[in-house]
Amino acid sequence: MQFFGGSAAIGITPSPAAPPGTATSLSGNNANMLYIFNRNGVCLLYREWHRPLRTLDAQQDQKLMFGLLFSLRSFTAKMDPTSVDKGNLGVPLLPGQGCSYHSFQTNTYKLSFMESPSGIKLILVTHPKTGDLRDSLRYMYNLYVEYVVKNPIYVPGSAIKLNKGQLHQFHVQSYGKSVIKERLVNILVQMQLS
Amino acid sequence: MATVYNLFIINKSGGLIFYKDYGSAERMDTNDSLRLASLWHSMHAISQQLSPTIGCFGIELLQADNFDLHCFQSLTGTKFFVVCEPGAQHMEGLLKVIYELYTDFVLKNPFYEMEMPIRCELFDLHLSQAVQKERVFILGR
Repeated sequence: MQFFGGSAAIGITPSPAAPPGTATSLSGNNANMLYIFNRNGVCLLYREWHRPLRTLDAQQDQKLMFGLLFSLRSFTAKMDPTSVDKGNLGVPLLPGQGCSYHSFQTNTYKLSFMESPSGIKLILVTHPKTGDLRDSLRYMYNLYVEYVVKNPIYVPGSAIKLNKGQLHQFHVQSYGKSVIKERLVNILVQMQLS
Repeated sequence: MATVYNLFIINKSGGLIFYKDYGSAERMDTNDSLRLASLWHSMHAISQQLSPTIGCFGIELLQADNFDLHCFQSLTGTKFFVVCEPGAQHMEGLLKVIYELYTDFVLKNPFYEMEMPIRCELFDLHLSQAVQKERVFILGR
């Protein structure tokens, strides 16, 4: 599993710098939604920036998303043409077991997915022409580790709460080339519990 | 390299009507291929529901660690999907060619019943030729 590979620049310092050379293809408002799930399906964070269409209420939507990702994992593990013994369809898979996917796209959106070894799933829904976002997702996971997991007050398995003041700051900062990177970084860097 | 590993064709209700293996490590048995086809059909439908904007037609490309899956859905709801190597080019073109072959050799076959498994020799033949040509085209460059 390629989880711990990647550039050494994405370090474990308290204020990680943005990964070099990332996503110049991301310009303007490219991200639609962000989800973070834990291994039990609890949605730890849901953020939307641009979502004109909402077919279900938030709870149902998150359950549907988790269900889709779970089934897709089983599907790709079984569909893998390079492995010989694939096990049975429907058996719950551990993170890293079997072939996993990192993104899929439709004509209206692209969904990028990353699962950490501890089962934390990060999902980013963006414009369909977006490039490979695996580095960004890995970077976001590092931010999660730094600011959420290492926070002694945070209860693992509960939703991540954002302070209202920080949200306002995030809205104000909307210029620059890698706008979406900045937005996500700001929102995550300023993550504190209320 | 653009090796095609296998091809699935699903009818509009989600049932598998054609499955051909061109080079995967282990040919899937029939039950598994049926299950995977139905699973894909449902996931294709769910992905439309999760779209942030209107006008979503479902998953067109799935990128996994060891393979890519390209899916083409015709206007009638029949889905064609190929499992190929990661980063394979021209799969959209290949899927369109397969769709043409399907219309020519399957739909125009008077003995073929709609939505039933495809058992048309000429279709198999031309399909293998198309996949071979794709392989040669890529290797020849």
